Amino acid sequence: MNKPVEFHKCMQLEESWGYDRKTLDYIHNASAHGLYEIRGLGAKRRVPHFDDLVFLGASLSRYALEGYRERCDTRTVLGTRFASKPIELAIPITIAGMSFGALSANVKEALGRAATDMGTSTTTGDGGMTREERQSSKTLIYQCLPSRYGFNPDDVRRADAIEVVIGQGAKPGGGGMLLGQKVNPRVAKMRTLPEGVDQRSACRHPDWTGPDDLTIKIQELREITDWEKPIYVKVGATRTLHDVKLAVHAGADVIVVDGMQGGTAATQTVFIEHVGIPTLAAVRQAVQALEELNMKDTVQLIVSGGIRTGADVAKALAMGADAVAIGQGVLMALGCNHDSYFQNGAQHSAVEDYAALGTAPGYCHHCHTGKCPVGVTTQDAVLEQRLDPAVGARHVRNYLKTLNMELTTIARACGKQDVHHLEREDLVALTVEAAAMAGQPLAGTDWVPGR
Amino acid sequence: MASLMNAMVDTPAIGATFDLATQPLRELNRFLHRDLAGTRAVRVLNPDGAHNIAVGVDAPVDVDIDGHAGYYAGGMNKQAHITIHGNTGPGVGEGMSSGAIHVKGFASVAAGASAHGGLLVIDGDASLRCGISMKGIDIVVGGSVGDYSAFMAQAGTLVICGDAGDGLGDSLYEAVIYVRGSVKSFGADAHEEPMSEADIAALGALLKAAGMSHDPKTFRRVASMRGLYHWNADANQEY
Ligand code: SF4
Repeated sequence: MNKPVEFHKCMQLEESWGYDRKTLDYIHNASAHGLYEIRGLGAKRRVPHFDDLVFLGASLSRYALEGYRERCDTRTVLGTRFASKPIELAIPITIAGMSFGALSANVKEALGRAATDMGTSTTTGDGGMTREERQSSKTLIYQCLPSRYGFNPDDVRRADAIEVVIGQGAKPGGGGMLLGQKVNPRVAKMRTLPEGVDQRSACRHPDWTGPDDLTIKIQELREITDWEKPIYVKVGATRTLHDVKLAVHAGADVIVVDGMQGGTAATQTVFIEHVGIPTLAAVRQAVQALEELNMKDTVQLIVSGGIRTGADVAKALAMGADAVAIGQGVLMALGCNHDSYFQNGAQHSAVEDYAALGTAPGYCHHCHTGKCPVGVTTQDAVLEQRLDPAVGARHVRNYLKTLNMELTTIARACGKQDVHHLEREDLVALTVEAAAMAGQPLAGTDWVPGR
Repeated sequence: MASLMNAMVDTPAIGATFDLATQPLRELNRFLHRDLAGTRAVRVLNPDGAHNIAVGVDAPVDVDIDGHAGYYAGGMNKQAHITIHGNTGPGVGEGMSSGAIHVKGFASVAAGASAHGGLLVIDGDASLRCGISMKGIDIVVGGSVGDYSAFMAQAGTLVICGDAGDGLGDSLYEAVIYVRGSVKSFGADAHEEPMSEADIAALGALLKAAGMSHDPKTFRRVASMRGLYHWNADANQEY
């Protein structure tokens, strides 16, 4: 006779919902070290997202465009409000600001090359502008951050647009962090810091506070650049309706809204998971702010924070964004969380290196360690060789190309000759939460919660 | 060319005058960026607290501002020698990388913020956060400075001939402060250190460049304890 199944024993082991193994692990770690966890990437928890929306394709009441034969434009112009030289892009998908320091110089170069090939822009980060990224990027957005590391007048003049960073979706209200293992001689020099310090940047700008000051600061940047370059203002998504209005009043040409799913190279986990609102809610508020001010299409909106697919891009555009910015997605295109890397003509397993960090491909968020197993977020001379700029550029180009093809596929299916013609009327929500946050009707109804 | 014609050229190729009571700021800054063509001196009349006067200049020109300036006077300066015959608003000389700015009166908050180089001299007092995030600039203040001066200062020298407020040098990196008067309190990680011969020589040279006659031996040196350089669980965030 077969042995009876012994599940009565397991049945008695009931895991607590409030004190599950994850929480226990957290408490045990906190009690052992007296220090919070710092990690990379973005929020891991499930929040209402673009996945909770679907498009209403064309049918009898609308007619579709032929997938490969009929034209569907993706050209995108940003910074038309005051700048005499707006940014013209071939696609509405840009590369988000990420620092040299967080990323290696090879990665910055790969991103620049891919962006240039695709006719889009790339962005500096909290560490100044590198020679590699300026040379490889046709269109480079230069961030002006609270730390002002490496922020200098020559690079201001070299940039194609300036992005004043107020906050970041992963940590609205917090400054940057770069742990000592990544502050190598070159990074230290660019940031005017001693080598190897655990760098914690300021969370507020040194020379202005509040929206009235920001107005004058923006004017200063315009005067310095002779009113040629667009000035972007980037905010982490929190009180987005008010923040966007204030940024418009302060004179921004372009607003960048970064939702809580946005990534970071190193931030406290508690900050990543518990501060900020989902991108879905932020886009709706940002668009509402522009509409209430009658500034839609005068001030452009870039949305970032968890944009992964062509569908995400299409949904952001349909909700009213002019473009999106992608950070984590392009890092993953470069091999982040891949089980192997390509070097010297062969594929090599990275699994052991992930294990040495206490993680595995698919689960890694260890950018802060500087020991990225695939050579993406590292300043280590050996590890950074794992990412060849030419190979990386090809992967990012392929990724952006795929997204753009998916975007135009959806736009054509909705009968649009231009991806910027996608509109809210094309979207419905699958969940009540998403319907409420996005302000879109629940599928099959005309019900928008709260309206 | 239009701006050149609008500028009242005193002596062609040597000096020009802009009157901000009648000419827009844009004309002045455009002239300073693009049309200097050998002009060595520019006078700015009736600044009347205007913001962003002479920002982003990148030429060895003398700019004299005859009165008070608003925010960011001489911001992101390179090479130019800018004299403000009055007081200045917030962020005078912010982000400058070379050249010199001389404020004859008082300076508001965040003077020399995040600047990489050059010399900023303030004859009077400077308000809060003087030298915040400084990255290599030398700042000499003839009077006193407000609270949280040299906050997160990374490199360069801040000389205070008068007194300092609360939190002096909070979260200092490698910038050095010399202070002659009293210090209300030091910020986290800042402390007083003995003056060396090298300090006295460097300070003497700076005071001379700033046209101040104090004896460098009457100053004290404030620098970082470097206790916040590394993430430390035992620090208990008591700072
Ligand atoms: S694989 Fe590299 S880039 Fe990706 S999460 Fe890990 S350390 Fe960061």
